[in-house]
Amino acid sequence: MANTGTLNLTAAAMDPVAAELSGPRGPRPRPTFSRRNIFLYGALIVVALYYLLPLYVMIVTSLKGMPEIRLGNIFSPPVEITFQPWVKAWSEACTGLNCEGLSRGFWNSVRILVPSVVLSIAIASVNGYALANWRFKGADIFFTILIFGAFIPYQVMLYPLVIILREMGLYGTLWGLVLVHTVFGMPILTLLFRNYFTSLPEELFKAARVDGAGFWGIYFKIMLPMSLPIFVVAIIIQVTGIWNDFLFGVVYTKPDTYPMTVQLNNIVNSVQGVKEYNVNMAATLLTGLVPLFVYFVSGKLFVRGIAAGAVKG
Amino acid sequence: MASVVVRDVSLNFGVVEVLKSLNLEVEQGEFIVLLGPSGCGKSTLLNCIAGLLDVTDGQIFINGKNVTWEQPKDRGIGMVFQSYALYPQMSVEGNLSFGLKNQRLPKDEIEKRVKRASEVLQIEALLKRKPSALSGGQRQRVAIGRALVRDVDVFLFDEPLSNLDAKLRNELRVEIKRLHQRLENTMVYVTHDQIEAMTLADRIAVMRNGIIQQLDSPHAIYARPVNRFVAGFIGSPGMNFLAGTLEAGSSPKFKAGDATIETGGYMFESRLESGTQAIFGIRPEHVVIGEQAKAMPYTTDVEIEIVEPMGSDTLAWTKVGGQNFTFRIDSEFAPKVGEKVKIGFDPARASIFDANTDIRL
Repeated sequence: MANTGTLNLTAAAMDPVAAELSGPRGPRPRPTFSRRNIFLYGALIVVALYYLLPLYVMIVTSLKGMPEIRLGNIFSPPVEITFQPWVKAWSEACTGLNCEGLSRGFWNSVRILVPSVVLSIAIASVNGYALANWRFKGADIFFTILIFGAFIPYQVMLYPLVIILREMGLYGTLWGLVLVHTVFGMPILTLLFRNYFTSLPEELFKAARVDGAGFWGIYFKIMLPMSLPIFVVAIIIQVTGIWNDFLFGVVYTKPDTYPMTVQLNNIVNSVQGVKEYNVNMAATLLTGLVPLFVYFVSGKLFVRGIAAGAVKG
Repeated sequence: MASVVVRDVSLNFGVVEVLKSLNLEVEQGEFIVLLGPSGCGKSTLLNCIAGLLDVTDGQIFINGKNVTWEQPKDRGIGMVFQSYALYPQMSVEGNLSFGLKNQRLPKDEIEKRVKRASEVLQIEALLKRKPSALSGGQRQRVAIGRALVRDVDVFLFDEPLSNLDAKLRNELRVEIKRLHQRLENTMVYVTHDQIEAMTLADRIAVMRNGIIQQLDSPHAIYARPVNRFVAGFIGSPGMNFLAGTLEAGSSPKFKAGDATIETGGYMFESRLESGTQAIFGIRPEHVVIGEQAKAMPYTTDVEIEIVEPMGSDTLAWTKVGGQNFTFRIDSEFAPKVGEKVKIGFDPARASIFDANTDIRL
């Protein structure tokens, strides 16, 4: 307890009521240039620059002509902007004997990508749904084997798959590669879908069963409409994974069915003639456009998907 | 005719026995409540009746038909879930008609049934809304409606009110009772809330560890529990239990510490042996104080240790025979801590259990 002496002292120094009223109130003020903010945003900016710099170099180089590149100022912006390297990379660059540019590889990649993504997601989502909701005999063992498959290094399976594809008559065709991508997407996608469907309330599934919906009825009418977010995630994983794949592309296809990544490698790594850095940069950027596009578009969709899928209670 | 018959049903999850050779007969139009603590197997039993779980052994009959191997949709049941389980992407109308569309009923029939159910439950104004735009009470009404449109004889409720706040719970409880009186369907209702059980049920099945402990009218379960578990589970605040010994004779006496209770009016179920270790149970609301206590067959003087005011009445803690003892009194006449009062009760209203077997004596 304060004694009367100190009470009088404070009263003389400051009116206690006024002090209380003018004291802290509302949100605590946060200075914009606090040491914390400077460190935080400073670090973020440095890291962002570190990652963006290569992209910048690639873009400016791809817009320069060869004489300008030979000057060696890789960071300087192009004096004379030219789109010739992009045109060349797309439709004229040579790989081996044919000089059609990357366009052929692009369309090969699209023809591989679309069926692979559709097939793998369609199968994996049904797998995940069955594993999550229809607990059949041996489901756990099946699931364990499937997950175990995710840990086997791809290299081990390369040669056996060559033989399997050859026996099936699919070796060297686009459909052979589609099959390989579908199979290799299975473990991770099934896990993804199983976990998502397990997280949906079980009572919904029970209610649908009482309402007389069957395996496919529940899948299409109840589960699918609630699963947009996880489908978007699966599409992102598959599109970027399959588009960026090089190993399977180079092993299981022939030169006229090479996907874009393999063709890019052949263009960039060709040992004959002058190294055309601007064409190489343009080709690389072209190849990277699809995953970039997917990230930008689906990022928004992803957030919207989560918001749309969230119905509580 | 019995509406639902559960015969010798067992269910194991691996090595865990959830239901142990369980028997239950529900009469046509009866309201049965399965009551018990979490993990007692009451929801599991309901799921077995619904056909959502396969039984390990035993049979289930609904309306005289053996449905043990039937799909849920073919059993003639409607089910209401705790989390409502409304299909989020469908409107209320879509939710109500989903089951009927699966049955491939003609359109006008579906419309007729949806209309009737929404009238009964007063959700006509909500038909076009999505479940996310409904309040908890409205959602549960829609969930009940989904069972209603199926035009079935047996309704299964799996803790339908547990997700609602206390006020809504009371409202919907009355509504379910009204619905039962109007439809006269058989209803099997799972809950852990004894108030719901007491107010709704024609008969209550108190369950523990996969076994029905007692199947009886709410009053009988409250007044004459068959064992100590049922006695302790039913009633709030819980029954007082005094441990002691019974002395047989023309008027058996119960001794606990310094307290000796003459059990004159108590109806023993079996012959007594002297010196039986026993538990004497008396409900806090059956204890009276002051002038009223003097008229009781058993009275004693106690000192109040703790009082818990609960609004309408007050719970007072004291000691009888050296053991904790509570009693409930009108808040107007609540004693103070440390006060000495005379309390009394009628041993005829008590329940006495064997201390070893917990079975009513």
